[in-house]
Amino acid sequence: MNSYNIEKNHILSRRLFWIMAVNFLAFTVLMARLYFLQVFEADKYRMLSDENRISTRFLLSPRGTIYDRNGEIIAKNEQNFQALIIAEQTPDIEETLREFEKIIPLSEEEEGKVLKDIKNKRRFIPVKLKDNLNWDEVSQILLHAPDLPGVEINEGLTRKYPYAELYAHILGYVGAVSENDKKDQKDNPLYMVPGFKIGKSGLERSFDYKLQGKSGTVKLEVNAYGRVMKEIERDGGHQGESLNLTVDSRLQKAAYEAFGEESGAAVVMDVRSGEILAMVSTPSFDPNLFTNGISYKHWNELSTNERTPLVNKAVSGQYSPGSTFKIVVALAALEAGIIDADTHYYCAGGMEIGNIRFHCWNHYGHGSLNVVEALKYSCDIFFYETALRVGVDKIREMALKLGLGQTLSVGLGNEKSGLIPSKSWKKANYDTLWAPGDSANTGIGQGYVSVTPLQLVTMLSRVVNGGYAVSPTFIRGNEKDRKSFKRLDISTRNIELVKQGMYEVVNGVGGTAKKAKFNLDGVRMGGKTGTTQVRRISMKERRSGIIHDSQLPWKLRNHAWFMGFTPVDNPRYAVAVIVEHGSSGSGVAAPIASKILQEALILDIK
Amino acid sequence: MTDFGLDGYKQGWKDKLFGMSFIYMFLIIILAGIGTMTLYSAANGDWQPWAIRHITRFVTAFALMIAMALIDAKYYYKSAYAFYFATFMMLVAVELMGHTGMGAQRWINLGIFKLQPSELMKIGIVLFLARYFSVTTVQGIKSVRGIIIPAVFTILPVALIAVEPDLGTALMVLCTASVMLFAVGVQWWKFAGAAAAVAATLPVVWNCLHEYQQNRVLTFLNPERDPLGTGYHIIQSKIAFGSGGIFGKGFLRGTQTHLNFLPEKHTDFIFTMFSEEFGMLGSFCLIFINMLILAMGYVFAYRSRNYFARLTIVGLNTNYFLYVFINIAMVMGVLPVVGVPLPLISYGGTVMFSIMASFGIMLCMSVNYDNNTE
Repeated sequence: MNSYNIEKNHILSRRLFWIMAVNFLAFTVLMARLYFLQVFEADKYRMLSDENRISTRFLLSPRGTIYDRNGEIIAKNEQNFQALIIAEQTPDIEETLREFEKIIPLSEEEEGKVLKDIKNKRRFIPVKLKDNLNWDEVSQILLHAPDLPGVEINEGLTRKYPYAELYAHILGYVGAVSENDKKDQKDNPLYMVPGFKIGKSGLERSFDYKLQGKSGTVKLEVNAYGRVMKEIERDGGHQGESLNLTVDSRLQKAAYEAFGEESGAAVVMDVRSGEILAMVSTPSFDPNLFTNGISYKHWNELSTNERTPLVNKAVSGQYSPGSTFKIVVALAALEAGIIDADTHYYCAGGMEIGNIRFHCWNHYGHGSLNVVEALKYSCDIFFYETALRVGVDKIREMALKLGLGQTLSVGLGNEKSGLIPSKSWKKANYDTLWAPGDSANTGIGQGYVSVTPLQLVTMLSRVVNGGYAVSPTFIRGNEKDRKSFKRLDISTRNIELVKQGMYEVVNGVGGTAKKAKFNLDGVRMGGKTGTTQVRRISMKERRSGIIHDSQLPWKLRNHAWFMGFTPVDNPRYAVAVIVEHGSSGSGVAAPIASKILQEALILDIK
Repeated sequence: MTDFGLDGYKQGWKDKLFGMSFIYMFLIIILAGIGTMTLYSAANGDWQPWAIRHITRFVTAFALMIAMALIDAKYYYKSAYAFYFATFMMLVAVELMGHTGMGAQRWINLGIFKLQPSELMKIGIVLFLARYFSVTTVQGIKSVRGIIIPAVFTILPVALIAVEPDLGTALMVLCTASVMLFAVGVQWWKFAGAAAAVAATLPVVWNCLHEYQQNRVLTFLNPERDPLGTGYHIIQSKIAFGSGGIFGKGFLRGTQTHLNFLPEKHTDFIFTMFSEEFGMLGSFCLIFINMLILAMGYVFAYRSRNYFARLTIVGLNTNYFLYVFINIAMVMGVLPVVGVPLPLISYGGTVMFSIMASFGIMLCMSVNYDNNTE
């Protein structure tokens, strides 16, 4: 053997050792890495692995049912059958669709959407064929199941309002979660679940949390493409709580129908408890249209209607109270000792305040009258005089005491506070001083004063129940005896005086609402009319004769008010009715209120 | 040149067969068995489509291995250059076809199978260098001039493979050649110099890389860079490893793989799948078997007194080591994902036949260990 060959082999043997050492060292590094991943970091990766494979889904709980005071269901969940198709379970989609359409025809638009969905979604994801199937159609599909591979029936729940437009403004409606809703509910995963509906307005919205209940969850094993492999765990959740309302569907219906074609609102309240027995706003809309998303056509119709069906006029409509406000002015003056039962003012049909002439609605004048007579005839001059003497501050104090100028928080959205002006309010908003004419206007419920029908019925209730500060409510169960309400600091004698005035309005000879009077076995109604201008009558028009309301376009006609209560001796029901541009409180609003109160008496609501 | 043996005493084929290491063959069979089992699991407990074909291929490749082991060692010596040049020409041919075809071209279609010249070059370069160095002197090796020829004949095929582009294979060939140069006694400082030169040209090389190759390196350095794209694979692979824990999730129960979170579970990422189901202990066993196979190879090299045979074994053993190391390192996020399969475990015909052929040559060299008759 050559020496260089021996040396070469020696070198090779030595270096072989190093190579082997490096190989083994490298494998040791790999094993160290394995130890790091599988022992040291195992918990972290086990968690990530579970996050990968376990998908938590929500089981939506049925929404709570809503009942009226007699246990009638006014909002419920209805079973909604859907036909779905799973693409991968049918050998020939088009053939299956043809078979399906033999049972339930699809419109061209529907079919196009189905085909598009099938194309865009993974083959194991169910695609909706048809919604809202009736039981007949469902049984037809089940019967033909062998010809319809991949077609499934899915049972869902849809919110249903059996009384449709009757309760639209009280209950509101439910709808799909919008981007805005998500903003306030960032940490609520339910809001990300498709098909999850929330209350969008009305009591559905304010009691949403209670009505929703607690959703269940199901843990599923899914693969990388999102296909469900098996169920791991299930937690049922519980149904939403039901809601018992104070409203009476029979009275609600009567109130709604009493309006006919008129646009307006009415609120009926139990004067002893503040329970709202009926609240209508006309025209109304069908909340069922909103449940599965309202069509553009319907939405357009509703939102462009000049009679604003989407607005709840009972809480969101702010109107000058007109003569109904004279009750507040009378009480303020009586309580302040400015006038008493015997104080007489002379009405000559008009008077000068500053250098402006103020008119009574009756320009022949009422002559000399006291407070009861002034209310009965709704004399404006009497209340100009009274308001000028008592001052706006005292009137405001009484108005606030009786529930005006503030929101009453009945749980309906967009509740307005109305406005009871003061000297400082005028300074801040108009930068001018309070003028005597402002007080006079306030005295007859015109000018800056505005109220909502809900406030007005609350005011009336607080007066006729003897001065207890009842608050309106929709929820039964927290009924309070009237003694538990705060007694307002108003003397019973003065309350009786204005009640007598209101009795005379309806029942007295020449009372402004005499046409609306009724006598049901000796039970009578008291009340007060109001007609409020929505335009200013110029001096020129006064001279040439005031244009009669019926000659004016609807939008310019006067609003008509009436608030009434019954029975007169021991009041139980109070109602406030506004008829938008109804021209005359006595002629239009009072008959509606009268009908509603008679219905309440006949129903003898428990 | 009879000095270097390989043409002396002739063994009969029976002598050779019984002279082969049965333990070595047994370890190979065990690995292929593990591979079959893992592929069975990869198909969610089905022999189709991978496990059955894997075992068929292995049986064929095993016969090829025995056949190659029975060939007289001197034929490998004699045909070393010819084999190298033939393979080199095929690389050139693939490169030319690649320009006419679309995108990367790595193979020649022979009808029944597709031949990857780059895979043949892994063996070709080993035989070439083993023969070249078996006739050089120590002085020659230690001179600068003495390594110019092997360096040139290494760089040329490496460059051709790299532009295919198949960076993983190119680096493996380069690494194998470097280890052989080290084995024959090229001084340490020359490697240091080469390393310094490489470091200096790295920015240039970086710019020559394809965008997807650059992405792989960048994603390797920071997998979270692109968690849904290229980084997704490595993140999911690490989750599979980690969640497997010490004992694993059990055969057929790896959730990451069976629920398809892990990509390429039957090829490049098969070790991840094995490790998820059999845990750290199973993985250690698999690595240990590979260490035994490598150790036995080095023992063959140690025992042989024929320089060509020894150097050939070092080269082929290094090639095998690189396969196993790079594959496991890349699926654990220690190296970038370069598309190197795990021999005998991963599904795929090319690596199966090429690695079994190299085992055959090593066995051949091992049974001829005392053939060096001076």
